[in-house]
Amino acid sequence: MYTLSSKLKLTAIILVIVGAIGLVYGFISTPSNEEELKELLAADAHGEHGAEHDEASVTTEEHGMAIDEGHAKASEGHGESAHAEGEHGDSHMEHLLHQFQTKPWSAMFVSAFFFFMIALGALVFYAIQYVAQAGWSPVLFRVIEGVTNYLLPGSIIVVLIVIFAGTHFYPWQNHELVEEDVILQGKSGYLNFPFFVIRAIIYLIGWNLYRFVARRNSLAQATATTLTPYKKNFKASVFFLLFFVITETTMAWDWFMSMTPHWYSTLFAWYVFASMFVSAITVIALVTMFLKKIGHLKFVNDSHLHDLAKFMFAFSVFWTYLWFGQFLLIWYANIPEEVTYFIIRIEEYNLLFFGMLVLNFIFPILMLINSDYKRIPWFVIMAGVVILVGHYIDIFLLIMPSTVGPHWSFGITEIAGILFFLGLFIFCVGTGLAKESLYPKGNPFLKESENYHY
Amino acid sequence: MSSHYEAPIREPLVTGEKTYHDISVEVGAPVLGRANKSWYIVFTIALIAFLWGLGCIIYTVSTGIGVWGLNKTIGWAWDITNFVWWVGIGHAGTLISAVLLLFRQKWRMAVNRSAEAMTIFAVVQAGLFPIIHMGRPWLAYWVLPIPNQFGSLWVNFNSPLLWDVFAISTYLSVSLVFWWTGLLPDFAMLRDRTTNEFQKKIYGILSFGWSGRVKDWQRFEEVSLVLAGLATPLVLSVHTIVSFDFATSVVPGWHSTIFPPYFVAGAIFSGFAMVQTLLIIMRKVVNLQDYITLLHIEYMNKVILLTGGIVSVAYITEFFIGWYSGTSYENYTYLSFGAATGPYAWAFWALIVCNFVVPLTLWVKKLRRNILWTFIVALVINIGMWFERFDIIVIDLSKGRTPSSWAMFSPTFVDIGVFIGTIGFFFVLFLLYARTFPVIAQAEVKTILKSSGEYYKNLRAKHGDDVAHHVDNDP
Repeated sequence: MYTLSSKLKLTAIILVIVGAIGLVYGFISTPSNEEELKELLAADAHGEHGAEHDEASVTTEEHGMAIDEGHAKASEGHGESAHAEGEHGDSHMEHLLHQFQTKPWSAMFVSAFFFFMIALGALVFYAIQYVAQAGWSPVLFRVIEGVTNYLLPGSIIVVLIVIFAGTHFYPWQNHELVEEDVILQGKSGYLNFPFFVIRAIIYLIGWNLYRFVARRNSLAQATATTLTPYKKNFKASVFFLLFFVITETTMAWDWFMSMTPHWYSTLFAWYVFASMFVSAITVIALVTMFLKKIGHLKFVNDSHLHDLAKFMFAFSVFWTYLWFGQFLLIWYANIPEEVTYFIIRIEEYNLLFFGMLVLNFIFPILMLINSDYKRIPWFVIMAGVVILVGHYIDIFLLIMPSTVGPHWSFGITEIAGILFFLGLFIFCVGTGLAKESLYPKGNPFLKESENYHY
Repeated sequence: MSSHYEAPIREPLVTGEKTYHDISVEVGAPVLGRANKSWYIVFTIALIAFLWGLGCIIYTVSTGIGVWGLNKTIGWAWDITNFVWWVGIGHAGTLISAVLLLFRQKWRMAVNRSAEAMTIFAVVQAGLFPIIHMGRPWLAYWVLPIPNQFGSLWVNFNSPLLWDVFAISTYLSVSLVFWWTGLLPDFAMLRDRTTNEFQKKIYGILSFGWSGRVKDWQRFEEVSLVLAGLATPLVLSVHTIVSFDFATSVVPGWHSTIFPPYFVAGAIFSGFAMVQTLLIIMRKVVNLQDYITLLHIEYMNKVILLTGGIVSVAYITEFFIGWYSGTSYENYTYLSFGAATGPYAWAFWALIVCNFVVPLTLWVKKLRRNILWTFIVALVINIGMWFERFDIIVIDLSKGRTPSSWAMFSPTFVDIGVFIGTIGFFFVLFLLYARTFPVIAQAEVKTILKSSGEYYKNLRAKHGDDVAHHVDNDP
């Protein structure tokens, strides 16, 4: 039986508290009106960029808005040039203020989603192992179940954020904007608030229901004399995967694609999935190594680690494949309504955008291709940390350019978001792991898994 | 590689009381025996179809592409439909031999040889179309970046059609090498078993002097694994590049970012359907029911279900995003309300019924394990996936951005003849293969006999998991 050490528990609690304070600070320190924003911008200009900043910021701003589909009102204004000069200035400041107020929301959402998707991805990995009747992985089932213990709090927080974020994230929730925008009116059959909330709640219930059922059956199998709980889990996993592939698709459209409601890409949902899946497998590997190190997983050997590392490697490549597929096709055809997505990311987030590729693709492919290295814990940890940092940036780039546009920063609020959710994640996963024996007794493939050598 | 213990819950992969010797005999039988009458009948039919297709090809090339039903709006129709269809079929072979090897699926061992053969023969058919659909196929070598007398006039590497050249040729060569390395121990088995001097000579050459030493086996395994690791990204990228032919364009319906993974899923879907079609007949004709069991068929049906599900999600995505985009042009794409009600509605519904509705029946375990039904479903999917490609190509082209250039397509007998010819050619090759090659990778099946054979599983059930007492006594 693993117990969450008081040291780790304390660390988690401190992380949560420090993170919470930082997040509160983030929300308080946003400018609440245009005067404050002007002061902030002025201080910024003197502090960092000197006198030329004002001019530069205006040009980036205009540019930013022309390509920033999300806040269609401002960009429409530019495009049609129907507004007088003064009015333009006002709407410009209003738009800027809105983006600044969105910053803490976005910072919170990036971290909230990042840790939530790890739990969800781990659940999917778990279901796949059941459905595939994998013979190597049953020894890891309790570990994976422990990681998914974060699903319930994580998913509730994420759903609350997307519901209450309102126009901070979703311009289509702004009625005035929709009234002026024919394209958004056309989409209102799908993008309307009640339906949006209903969908979010359906996802929430469906995912957590499977987590609950699977965990219950898995524990029941440990004491059962027949294989009934296992068979039930097999069936539940099949249906969960079916449910998941559909809800994940619509989830990605709802929560991310609709941040820039004029933009669309058919691949998008699968791309989000790839990021989710590779991060989850990485975390499973990290938790496994941690528990093995402190002596709780005697039945796990380095072949299991090897397999996890192979999955980390393979899905890093798979993520890159989807990333590149989406990028190449949009870049190649260069259709104005689609390229906006990449233009803002390349122009305003250049280093992150291409740096992420190094972290998510080049590093894993170089570090994890050697089969001996895949059995060395510290090596896999190193690769795992790189992958997780890379996918945090991936989520950052999914959200920030669409919500705050060019005014992104990585400061107290963003770090506080990471700390808060990391603390919560450690706490939930740790208590989840501590609930039951880590030996998944009764699983029909357990002996095969224990004897597994590659 | 993996341990010898296998959970008793797993169903056996080799039924009957087989010994190593039985495997050699039963796999060698079709090659060492003589062909029967029905083989000759089927072969003749296939040969006639092939020759007819060859005639159509010669007629096309010598007269001009105008003998096909193409028009100024629809410049691609059956040619590229068939090309994508054949390439897609080929993908199952690589999936079985490479991806399933990476996932250590023991059941692949009974089906990989024939699936790879199917890959190679299908890619050969596919490879015909990029050449014969050219207006001046005798200048086809211009697609290769070779130094020349035109001031070293080069190709433009920006075209997906050029990427196709590299993708398909690499794919064919890697598949061929992968297949052939796997064949070495099996050719050696035939060389050693035949009494016919001529055959001995031939299989002696084909087996490259394989003698099965430990070091050879060790390297053999390593090569297989490396090739599997390379073939997996290859198989994904090949059909991805095929999908780029469409997705990089700005044609409504073609320009869609989901095409790369969706085409790959569709390729595996159709490829597995073709494997089912072929293997269900083959296992019966050459008496290999003990190796290609009902379980194998069920597993392949599950892969069909999975990839069919992925394809269905892609259909829904295409349909939804078409609406969501708010672009009026999207209403004429192959998966749109316009397509469902327009002049090609029959093709649209053929796709929905064949690829979505009919495969859903495989969710029922009884039907999934019913050989006849599987065969029917597999045929239906082959037809459906042909329609998918036809719909993507023709429906999307038929109603483009300018209504004045809207057009319909109808094939001529030459279009149809060429397609029939490739089917004939495919079966000519496959039938010859089935008579001369070991259709089951016997060396691989022998490695799983003791862990997954029915006899040994029963022994373990009776005497416990300790394998020591029956390791060396064959039944």
